[in-house]
Amino acid sequence: MSNMTNQSGAKTSMLMRLVRMREFALIVIILALSVFMSFASPYFLTEGNLRAILLSFSTEGIVVVGMTILLIVGGIDLSVGSVMALTMAVAGKLFLVGLDPWVASLMGIGAAAMIGVVMSFFVTRVGLHYFIVSLAFLGIARGLTLVVTQGTPLSLFSLPPEFKFVGQGSLYGIPFVVILFFVIVGVADFLLRRATIFRRVYYVGSNEKAAEYSGIRVKRVKAGAIILCSTLAGLAGVIFMSRFGAAPPQFGVGMELNVIAAAVIGGAGLYGGQGSVLGAILGIALLSLVSSSLQLLDVPVFWQDGIKGGILLVAVTIDHIVHTRKA
Amino acid sequence: MLNDIVLQLTNIRKSYGAIHALKGVHFTLRRGEIHALAGENGAGKSTLMKIIDGIVQPDSGQIVLNGDARQFRSPLEAQRAGIGFVHQEIALCPQVSVAQNICMSRINTEGGFLVNYREVRQVARAAIEQLADIDVNTLVGDLSISNQQVVEIAKALTLDCQILILDEPTAALTDRETEALFAIMHRLKAQGMSIIFISHRMAEIFEHCDHVTVLRDGEYVMDTPVADTTPEDVVNALVGRQMTHLYPDKLTGDPTAGPVILRAEAVADEGRVRGVDLTLHKGEILGLAGLIGAGRSELVQTLCGLRRRTAGRVELNGAAIHPRDYADAIRSGLVYLSEDRKGEGVFLNMPIAQNVSALRLDKVTTPFGMLDRRAEMDQARTHGAELRLKAGSLRDDVSSLSGGNQQKVAIAKLLTANPAVMMLDEPTRGVDVGAKAEIHALLRDFAEQGVGIIVVSSELPEVIGLCDRVLVMAEGRISGELSGDQMTEENIMALASGLALTG
Repeated sequence: MSNMTNQSGAKTSMLMRLVRMREFALIVIILALSVFMSFASPYFLTEGNLRAILLSFSTEGIVVVGMTILLIVGGIDLSVGSVMALTMAVAGKLFLVGLDPWVASLMGIGAAAMIGVVMSFFVTRVGLHYFIVSLAFLGIARGLTLVVTQGTPLSLFSLPPEFKFVGQGSLYGIPFVVILFFVIVGVADFLLRRATIFRRVYYVGSNEKAAEYSGIRVKRVKAGAIILCSTLAGLAGVIFMSRFGAAPPQFGVGMELNVIAAAVIGGAGLYGGQGSVLGAILGIALLSLVSSSLQLLDVPVFWQDGIKGGILLVAVTIDHIVHTRKA
Repeated sequence: MLNDIVLQLTNIRKSYGAIHALKGVHFTLRRGEIHALAGENGAGKSTLMKIIDGIVQPDSGQIVLNGDARQFRSPLEAQRAGIGFVHQEIALCPQVSVAQNICMSRINTEGGFLVNYREVRQVARAAIEQLADIDVNTLVGDLSISNQQVVEIAKALTLDCQILILDEPTAALTDRETEALFAIMHRLKAQGMSIIFISHRMAEIFEHCDHVTVLRDGEYVMDTPVADTTPEDVVNALVGRQMTHLYPDKLTGDPTAGPVILRAEAVADEGRVRGVDLTLHKGEILGLAGLIGAGRSELVQTLCGLRRRTAGRVELNGAAIHPRDYADAIRSGLVYLSEDRKGEGVFLNMPIAQNVSALRLDKVTTPFGMLDRRAEMDQARTHGAELRLKAGSLRDDVSSLSGGNQQKVAIAKLLTANPAVMMLDEPTRGVDVGAKAEIHALLRDFAEQGVGIIVVSSELPEVIGLCDRVLVMAEGRISGELSGDQMTEENIMALASGLALTG
């Protein structure tokens, strides 16, 4: 039961803390894989390849931020891929009927937030489980997307250049998407560690009853996390729309699995109370790095999903062993 | 053949990492006896019982059952050897009927493909009838905790065991159920069964048991016939020191002499609290006694906004208050300590400092909505020192602390609100004797500093020893008030079971 910590000086315990942190382990793995790849493939360390890897996960990474916060509170959202597609369809359709693209995008994000509001009603007021509610909305949001688009991709080549800049432009040679991603991740990570409202997320996830008995308005915190997750999925949808100049109705199918896998590899548990934005981002960076590496090594693409699943299993197993030994 | 030895454990050792749970313990069980096992929390009683039941394997030592050296690698093996175990924590399937729960192991071990549910119901009914009137078709999840405990016991009775282990079986039972349980224990004993009975209650040990074995800090202290010892000796043996002054001094004079801090009139909730009047005076510790289900916890939860108040009036320092929810009540100075520390009181996998600050995060928040982590640490340090909290680092998780220190963290959390009234539900449950005395002394200090203290407790010696005045509840109402010499176990029990006091 009791945890005998090594009390031999603060310095060693600080080091121990660092080593035990998931983020540290992930950085080490990412660096090791990068070093290996730089020898294994002459293309790995090229600017083009690194930029491609960054681009591949930065938009999805915004969804990972929302999912991580929701996982910390003890929830889960399977509908993010569908909500993202719905946002693109709504924003695209409104643009095509003549609305300003920025206003259309805001309304698209608003639609995503509304999905979050409705889901939070079913979770906190009706009392259904996140998994069931978001499974239903995985279908509902995708269905709405198909209705709005009539099943065919909306082509949005007429989007004005300043709007396309969000998804396609660069500042000082760095894709704007990547900058946006780092800003969002940086702010989210800081707030999650330091802001009072996000501390409540950890309390509720750690022990919902104890949170209630500490005067924390548990339902509000849960609803906030659900709505935030949907809204960030909407934001990612708008960025994708700008990047691709299109709104395909089947976009983002199966994305929730990749996003949840990244957050869990990064240290979030399915029982709440654990996880960090930095860890989750390192998780999705690792997954993208692995995909890219497999391509460079000419591993047939069919292997990818299996290998990613294996990484998830290994990460969670190690975590489980470390934690049960600690207890 | 009356006194032959059924089970003998010699020199049992068991460590978990650096912690030595058992340091060479002996235990001897004779045929047809009720053998009490006593010890503080953490003394190693549960580990010892888990070894007998095959849940845990000892590092070294010998187990001899009916003359043969044995090793139980799983509960199933122990079960086959005739050992039944009623756990303290309820381990039943809530969505399944009482009958199927009682016959769980029977269904599990019996060959054949189909379950004979008619037989299952008959067996279950026969087992539970002797204990209480519970319909075997109800779902376990719909029963009260004490009835679930009864089911747990009935489950063990269906196994044809020669050794029955009961781990604090009476903790959740009402008096009547407890009496029924003892009657059955004596009957089983007469049939030649040996019973290991774990209990904290000296009265139960001395009234019903034949032998008592005492453990302390994983060590074997003594094994003696109950007839040859006294409750005082047993308490001293399990504490390891002379416990002369367990409770702090009480208030001198009339406990209601001080000004009224909290006044409730005709307070009711949605059914469990049915019109309660109470006054809490400055300086006193007010006890709330009664049977489980009498509405004590519900009453204090209603007072502090955790349950909806449907009628009545509550005044704090003379002004009427209407807390919308608990967050609101905290701001006006009413705080509540849950009876279920691990489930509802603390965040086990969060650092101590963050536990302490949970109730009033605004106090460690900067004007920009950010956490001031230094203030958070300082606050935890201040209240930790005030409560004599023993912890390695305030950054350690609460799970690393002992039960008593976890409880102090939960109390420190309440202190951050500068409470006007503290309502503590079973404040010393699952806390060892030493920490218990400390918590009692602290509560007395708070009362002297002018904080209103209401203590809900099922432990009568605690109510009598600690409180200046006690209100007894029965079926959602106050059935009587006692103070001074009138505060006796007999009077409290009489009021709790709804009888009027005689004399």
